[in-house]
Amino acid sequence: MPQEHTLDVGGHPVRILEDGHNPAAPPAVFFAGIGGLPQWPPFLSELAQTRRVIAPSLPGFPGAEHFRHLDSLLDWIVQAVETLEALDALPGGSDGPVDLVGSSVGGALAAEVAALAGPLVRRLALIAPFGCFDADEPAADIWAQVPGPDTIPNLVCEHPACWQALWEVPEDGDALEWQVMQARAQEAAARLLFPFGDTGVLRRLHRVDCPTLLLRGANDRVLPASYNARFADALAGPVRSATVADAGHLAELDAPEATAREINAFLADQGL
Amino acid sequence: MKNLWFHLMPYKDLPDNFREEHPSVWVDIDSSLLDSKRVHQHYNEFLDELEFAGEAGFDGVCCNEHHQNGYGLMPSPNLIASALTRRTSAPAICVMGNSLALYNPPTRVAEEFAMLDCMSGGRLIAGFPVGTPMDTIFACGQNPSKLRERYYEAHDLVMRAWQEPETFSFDGRFNQLRYVNVWPRPVQQPHPPVWIPGGGSVETWRWCAEKDYVYSYLSYFGYKAGEATMKGFWNEMDRLGKDRNPYRAGFLQFVAVGETEQEALELYREPAEYFYGRCLHVNPKWASPAGYQSEATLRARVQSQVALAAQRSAAAPPNAGGRRAAQDWQDILDLGYVIAGDPDQVAERIREVCVNLNVGHLMLLCQFGNMSTELAQYNTRLYAERVLPQIKDLFDDQWQDDWWPKPLAERATPRASNGARAA
Repeated sequence: MPQEHTLDVGGHPVRILEDGHNPAAPPAVFFAGIGGLPQWPPFLSELAQTRRVIAPSLPGFPGAEHFRHLDSLLDWIVQAVETLEALDALPGGSDGPVDLVGSSVGGALAAEVAALAGPLVRRLALIAPFGCFDADEPAADIWAQVPGPDTIPNLVCEHPACWQALWEVPEDGDALEWQVMQARAQEAAARLLFPFGDTGVLRRLHRVDCPTLLLRGANDRVLPASYNARFADALAGPVRSATVADAGHLAELDAPEATAREINAFLADQGL
Repeated sequence: MKNLWFHLMPYKDLPDNFREEHPSVWVDIDSSLLDSKRVHQHYNEFLDELEFAGEAGFDGVCCNEHHQNGYGLMPSPNLIASALTRRTSAPAICVMGNSLALYNPPTRVAEEFAMLDCMSGGRLIAGFPVGTPMDTIFACGQNPSKLRERYYEAHDLVMRAWQEPETFSFDGRFNQLRYVNVWPRPVQQPHPPVWIPGGGSVETWRWCAEKDYVYSYLSYFGYKAGEATMKGFWNEMDRLGKDRNPYRAGFLQFVAVGETEQEALELYREPAEYFYGRCLHVNPKWASPAGYQSEATLRARVQSQVALAAQRSAAAPPNAGGRRAAQDWQDILDLGYVIAGDPDQVAERIREVCVNLNVGHLMLLCQFGNMSTELAQYNTRLYAERVLPQIKDLFDDQWQDDWWPKPLAERATPRASNGARAA
């Protein structure tokens, strides 16, 4: 069962979920994708079988309500860096570089942290990260979608039931609050990434010399395959790229075991 | 009460199969549908219609702002207003309005509105809508999470620019200007009346009350659909201890006046069905980007939808709330989108609307859809000559309009193009 803590980051409370234990390996810190984590997902349980896994909430995502004070990309990057630094305060601490895993929206911020606060990151794993845009091969516009409960799940997942399972309101949960929580997460993603998801991170990836894994779901309907390739070309350190079969944009929701397997193998690979 | 004449400036040549063949009248509407030679004709006809209304006796003429939109051809309402300043003697020129977050820097609004107020001799009503998602987010690329913050900061900058006597610096979150000193400044002091075209959010109502601005509900769905919103507005004013001066409010209503009811029903059917069938055909994917609605509004809407679903019975009319537009003329009439009839019928209904909704500023749409200039002027003339006299005294024995332009007593008159002064 994951444990839950609350830390102060930049003057605002941030929920931290964690599970797993392995003193011989750095913890894996996970920055979630579109929608964030209303609860602990199966993917993180998979990762936590071999190491400590820490999932801090990104601003505006479930577990961290405050985000409208973040105006610029720099504000967001500082928040992400300070989130990593704040993990020292967890019971059991967390000093030393972490393995940073970022999906989608979280991937955009993970890449920035690796570029601008390199000493905090031992290895980087990105699952379909936002951060670049090509008008000839445009990303889907995740904010111009027909309203309705099925739209986003069908867009971001190959298996929408995986999204629905993550967002199923628990018995003691407030259905209205969960709806607001999901809308807030979409707004937070917009605040960071609207309109294109183009943060200019490609101009900074030459500063990332740690090993990086680039994953994407084979059926990602949000970001084209060429975007991961652009990241790969721009990164300075060793790069491994892989595709997760039978998975969409949030590959870690659609295929938790396969995604975790790729990441675990990468993080444990002594040859990199 | 005040009767203002509002133009949306719709493109009048959308094809018959527009709904079936095209996904949206807004944002990515097919440019092959556009003939700029026709737009040249449209603008000149529409300005003729506005000027006609001004001379016919309406208290004001209105224009508004839309972008990439087949039913609203005014991405720059200030251009239209400037054309009107020289050609209309209507008591008010109402720009409804400048969507503040879309102007960079916002002092452009302060400058252009000041120009309009000076050019018109103090007849400007300054409208400050937030703007629809289609206009602000998707056509003009504003971040939906920052739009309202930008809007409020832009408002503060404009109001300071009009009123601070010394050059000042503005170091805001979204705007940094070192030397703000707009020239010219408005004729009207301390500033032109400010009207806020809004939807149904409580925050807008509270803000209008706090700032003493007019709240204008510009719905296309008429008085029946508007009643709940206006009741909500007045309940909030009561709660805030504000008086029920009807001039705190504005409302939009389509009207169709004939010599007889039968004539009205025949003449205005086609333009009404054009408007409601084609002009409001918007792709729903543009309608609600995350962050456009505040969390408080989202909560209230979800709660009211849940309550409505719980209460909904077989007896409830299918279009209650006006969320899905009727397109058939009979439904349009039954639902109150358009008030149609002979002058006495229209006058009686308008009086009821203004009393029930407690609205002192009524904005009329006498031209709508693909209506010809001839018919628009017929509608306008009948309203001005036969409806207006029956209703214009409403509220005046009890309330004062503190939100109306205060023009110069003596204003310049344009010379004729041969250089001669007007007689």
